[in-house]
Amino acid sequence: MSALNLLVALAMGLNLMALASSRLPSVINAAACQGMVLGVLPLLLGAESHWLVWLVAVGTVAVKGFVIPGLLRRALRAARIDREVEPLLGFVPSLLVGAGAMIGAVALADALPLRPEHAGSLLVPASFATIVSGFLLLIGRTKAIVQVCGYLILENGIYLFGLLLIHATPLIVEAGILLDLTVAVFVIGIIVDRIQREFDSLDTRNFTVLRE
Amino acid sequence: MKIAFDLICRLVVWLVLAPLVPGIINKVKAWVAGRRGPPVLQLYYDLGRLWRKGVVLSTAVSPGFVAGPAVAWVALAGAAMLLPAGSLWPVEAFRGDAILFVGLLALARFATAGAALETGSAFEGMGAAREVSYAVLAEAAIIAALLTLSLQSRSVALAEMLATPVGAGAVLLAGGLFTVLLAENCRVPFDDPSTHLELTMIHEAMVLDHSGPPLAAILHGASLKLLMFSVLLVEAVLPIGKLPPLAAAGALTLAVLVIALAVGLVESLLARLAFRRVPLLLTTGFLLCIFAMLATWRGGGR
Repeated sequence: MSALNLLVALAMGLNLMALASSRLPSVINAAACQGMVLGVLPLLLGAESHWLVWLVAVGTVAVKGFVIPGLLRRALRAARIDREVEPLLGFVPSLLVGAGAMIGAVALADALPLRPEHAGSLLVPASFATIVSGFLLLIGRTKAIVQVCGYLILENGIYLFGLLLIHATPLIVEAGILLDLTVAVFVIGIIVDRIQREFDSLDTRNFTVLRE
Repeated sequence: MKIAFDLICRLVVWLVLAPLVPGIINKVKAWVAGRRGPPVLQLYYDLGRLWRKGVVLSTAVSPGFVAGPAVAWVALAGAAMLLPAGSLWPVEAFRGDAILFVGLLALARFATAGAALETGSAFEGMGAAREVSYAVLAEAAIIAALLTLSLQSRSVALAEMLATPVGAGAVLLAGGLFTVLLAENCRVPFDDPSTHLELTMIHEAMVLDHSGPPLAAILHGASLKLLMFSVLLVEAVLPIGKLPPLAAAGALTLAVLVIALAVGLVESLLARLAFRRVPLLLTTGFLLCIFAMLATWRGGGR
């Protein structure tokens, strides 16, 4: 259980790293590392070493740790933009809000009527904190690629919550979600390219300006 | 009588050993850069030379300009006396000396910053402003670290707080306190102690106009602060208090040497941070201490 908690705590730390980093590649790296850490978790949770568990774990690590970040880095290279993040919400405030969310999530998880086997684990607070961090990245940054990372981190949070039900849900659902995610990022890569061609930047604030 | 003798011994040990730490750090830096570097005892020579020199005073200053460094030095020495050194000597612990410790550190900073403002020089005012604005975050971090220790040991006396080993949050606490050590002592990612370009200095800009014995007091106080923070970091993380005296002394010395080595390596391998990024790193240190507190709180509750 403590190895599990350690990995979950690492994932929570990576949330803060994603919130604090000012360069695009490091945000992508943080999201990728978090995906890999979360990919290993089913192995620790599912005591039965079913081949499907291994398959999903390997698939998650490969897709979230290598395929999706690879796609994002390719989009970054193709767009040839400067690598500053350009926050709407400053780094220190977003770091503080993220940390506050983390503390609040721990307090909230203590108040929730959880099953006894989940009471001591950090899964529930980490899930809430990760979802909030993903939201913060989505609303507090202007570049499309960081917003994609926010979306990925948001999905990681939901995945963490889903791990509570790992003994009940068929793992094929996880595999399906992974496929959806890959396709989504693939599509976003194309969209990023289109935004870049249209506006010469990846600043999504351009979308709010009406013009002929 | 015995107590007075003990106190004087401790004070002498603190005061004599303090200037060694910057010497070791400089040696490490020289060694990484492939230079021979100044001797380890260089700061002692500097202090002796400064002590023999006269004081040059600006016409604008009041006596507070000389009193500032003196008050700061006494406050730092007093704070050092509050720190226990494991089982090496019995400490006169009283309730709330941790708060006095933080207060004395703040008093030292106030006195130095006040003396800097005395001169009316633009650079010194700028240095003082930077020093106190970073101190807001650094002090929050050190208070959070002390709160963690206090939660762990259920006591507000430094001797008991530092004797109890920290559980799960030890790594977080070590990281946070190391960041605070670098920030409070103006080491590299925050400030460059060897730079002499006024626009980028923090601590050095504050003490530009001091000379002679007051400058010696400031330099010695800075080295005392560095040793104090190293000892605090070691004792907060390692359970030194549980060891027999000789082993405790060995472990403490070794750990302080390791910290000096780490500071030297950080200074050689890292560039100083851009100014606007400094608060972010300090906030990170503060959060590390807060999370250590959270881990202790969760661990203690169960």
